[in-house]
Amino acid sequence: MSFVYGIISTASLWAIPVILATILVFGMYKKLPVFEVFVDGAKDGFGTAVKLIPTLVGMLVAVSIFRQSGALEMLTGLMEPVLHFFRIPADIIPLAILRPITGSGALAVTTDMIATYGPDSYLGRLASTMQGSTDTTLYVLTVYFGAVGIRNTMYALKVGLWADLAGIIASIFIVNLVFGS
Amino acid sequence: MVNYIWLGMIIIGIAVAGANGKIELVSQAAFEGAKTGVTVCFGLISILAFWLGMMKIAEESGLLAKLQWLLGPSVRLLCPDVPKDHPAMGYMLSNMSANLLGLGNAATPMGLKAMEELQKLNPDSKTASPAMCTLLAINTSSITLIPTTIIAIRMNYQSANPVEIVGTTIFAGLFATMVAILLDRYYRFKTTRNRKKG
Repeated sequence: MSFVYGIISTASLWAIPVILATILVFGMYKKLPVFEVFVDGAKDGFGTAVKLIPTLVGMLVAVSIFRQSGALEMLTGLMEPVLHFFRIPADIIPLAILRPITGSGALAVTTDMIATYGPDSYLGRLASTMQGSTDTTLYVLTVYFGAVGIRNTMYALKVGLWADLAGIIASIFIVNLVFGS
Repeated sequence: MVNYIWLGMIIIGIAVAGANGKIELVSQAAFEGAKTGVTVCFGLISILAFWLGMMKIAEESGLLAKLQWLLGPSVRLLCPDVPKDHPAMGYMLSNMSANLLGLGNAATPMGLKAMEELQKLNPDSKTASPAMCTLLAINTSSITLIPTTIIAIRMNYQSANPVEIVGTTIFAGLFATMVAILLDRYYRFKTTRNRKKG
């Protein structure tokens, strides 16, 4: 297993340097003034980031109020009987609810669960799998649509949230299957 | 729907805080959230500037077009309404590849560039096009081959085997992505049908 780990950690260390080198060498081969082209492209970075401020501020204010007021905890409590029925462990519920809403919040909960129960416990493995299996739907939607000024997001949110639920159920299923509960 | 979720989170939050006698938390939480929003955006400036610069080189040198040619058929299947040689294709592909490798930092700038290109094809600039929804569906449920952050946290807490969750993560991510793509297909079909009727 340490062999697999070696490959994976080497691959993730090398991924970005290799991509950068490929882009630059190919640009040189095509005789592009690489630095000037880089600066030209990088100019867009500031504008794009600044354009995101209003949408992100709006969304994060709502998330922050919802969490700190205790409303999130209440929602967790309300859902507990239902999830208990499906044999979903109660400790995982806050993470399951937070995951689509806030990336940093979910990561904090995952870290806390790994610290509390241990990384190799059932809950530690489940939290790790859940964290990696989906992305923060609300954040992705806010940033991507915010950047180009889309107001009507059609069915994108619905699809994202259903996919999150599918990811959560699949995480519980596969962790039970592979590691036993 | 975004409007309802946004409104719901704030109104329910205020009501719960009031009922718990902790109403002073609301304004505090609001300002904290606003501050986080700005901090996140400023954090994005460096990443965006760097990757957009690199991507510009990839675009002008024709590397992006090469990638498009290599991996294009799979994306064309997902977004049949994007012309084959449109730059949006290349950016969508780079976005998906970066997501797959767990390079979240690189995936966002490429995804935003793809959205920009898709917006040029969009007949109604305020309403999301089907291709945009597909890109979002894939991004919100992204499959990551190497969940680097989680592996690092597990190592920090002395896991006997930090990478043992890679397989389960890929499985769960794959399932979520499949559900996302199928639902996206379904809604896309429903929307175009309704449009034809109306």
